[in-house]
Amino acid sequence: MNSTLTISHLTKRFGEVAALSDVSLAVQPGQRVALLGHNGAGKSTMMKIVLGLIGFDDGAVRVCGGSPGAANVRAQVAYLPENAAFHPALTGEEQIRHYLRLRGENPRLAPDLLARVGLRDAAARRIGTYSKGMRQRVGLAQTLIGSPRLLVLDEPTSGLDPVSRRDFYALLDGLAAEGAAILLSSHVLTEVEARTDRILILSGGRLEAEGTLPDLRRKADLPVTLIATPAAGRQGDVLAALSGAQPHGPGQVRLTCRQDQKLALLSAITALGAQIADLDLIPPSLEDIYTHFSRRSGQ
Amino acid sequence: MKPILSTAGIEFRIALRNRWVAIATGLMVLFALVLAAAGAAPTGDIGADRLSVTVVSLTSLAVYLVPLLALLISFDAIAGEVERGTLPLLLTYPVSRSGILAGKLLAHLLILAIAVSLGYGAAALTALWADAGAMTGMAALIRLIWTSVLLGATFLGLGYALSSLARRPSGAAGLAIGLWLALVVLYDLGLLALVVSGADGGPATRSLPGLLLANPADSFRLFNLAAAEAGGAAGGMGGAAASIPLWQSALSLMLWPLVALALALAAFRKVTP
Repeated sequence: MNSTLTISHLTKRFGEVAALSDVSLAVQPGQRVALLGHNGAGKSTMMKIVLGLIGFDDGAVRVCGGSPGAANVRAQVAYLPENAAFHPALTGEEQIRHYLRLRGENPRLAPDLLARVGLRDAAARRIGTYSKGMRQRVGLAQTLIGSPRLLVLDEPTSGLDPVSRRDFYALLDGLAAEGAAILLSSHVLTEVEARTDRILILSGGRLEAEGTLPDLRRKADLPVTLIATPAAGRQGDVLAALSGAQPHGPGQVRLTCRQDQKLALLSAITALGAQIADLDLIPPSLEDIYTHFSRRSGQ
Repeated sequence: MKPILSTAGIEFRIALRNRWVAIATGLMVLFALVLAAAGAAPTGDIGADRLSVTVVSLTSLAVYLVPLLALLISFDAIAGEVERGTLPLLLTYPVSRSGILAGKLLAHLLILAIAVSLGYGAAALTALWADAGAMTGMAALIRLIWTSVLLGATFLGLGYALSSLARRPSGAAGLAIGLWLALVVLYDLGLLALVVSGADGGPATRSLPGLLLANPADSFRLFNLAAAEAGGAAGGMGGAAASIPLWQSALSLMLWPLVALALALAAFRKVTP
């Protein structure tokens, strides 16, 4: 299958500092890929290289079959910058009409686009009066222009409330279903967890891990936590029966084990029968996995 | 072409909302009317129509005001986009940097054209009102308008170049004022000193025509005064202008905008968002 975006052995230096070292990845049509990393991990630098805004020192980048930033490539790529900004003297509709004309589309589509991001009522107001979340939505509206084959979204949900975030990911699902490749960066790991196909962890300019969430869980091999609630008055018995068990909160018992010991531990717990009233299994969260991979590189 | 026109439309709208159109036009009208009123006295003994005399006065005004207005309008063009953070997104659109500059230039030229046409027009109306024969000076007025737009294009281009180099509006504003002082005020003072020191007709005096032509503001003045001289209206005010052929100042006037815009594009291409 032809990748929409292919990066191989990409290296970018700012003076002595390596912002990106030997990064390779590919994004297929219809795939939603999340890029995770600390501030300064190289996320924005990588996005700017993909967009052709800045050059790179070594490696190769192919975007929609061309070089990043080439005129015919730009026509197929949409970008949402971190903290999207617009001229405060223009109204939302004027700004979107301008962007439509720049992409050779019909400017009359502007009200529809603004309605899709929930700005129908504010379309005639100047952007200077908008809140941060509203400006972010103007930014989103302009990424929907035409049918981009690649969307590059830098912190797209920053400044959005939870409901708008859900709507935003619903929009992305629709675009991906139509075959657009999506590369987005985020700090909010919980939402990335549910709404993307693949996760890339960037740390100190290196790609530390890559894969689906189950893949990453397996690779990180972090301990699983089980929280057992003993039947009334049986906490002492349960603590005695299970080796390594710790008291946890009001009348609960906490156990941790490696991934491959999970089933053995579960059967040991169920063997206690009526002594156990309830059981919760807590897999390592994306936060834990992310911390694991970024700490490994000494960040 | 469509992206350029759209950019021009957006820029014009922004200038309208930021009151730049009103400020530029107001300034030009105000100064032109003051000049028309103050310069009304000496017409009788020159034997020229009133409008031609007004145009000569307006030329001296335009040499200072048009470059100033052009720089005021243009210094924010690139640095402002950088500071607001709007440039990276714009550069990912399928529009070239030369297209962006061309759109801004078109809008800003239109603003200058409106300002000078209304300003000079107001002065011309007072001249026509006082002197029925002033219609003969109409050609001089039209010449002043299009040369002012060319002079404006030069300083718009230089303003864009400074705006790209400075990358911050405050720095660009400082550079723009410095450029205006250097090219419009200090340059002429320097030439004056040169003339005074080389009164014997030495090499300094011989290089004077070349030095005048090398400065866009001076060639604007030379061209308009020499043209007025030919019509007999300047009444000896264009002494230096008479010694330089008209085509040379015209050429300088036309080449400067191209040079300035080439500089602007080169500087803008170096801006990395």
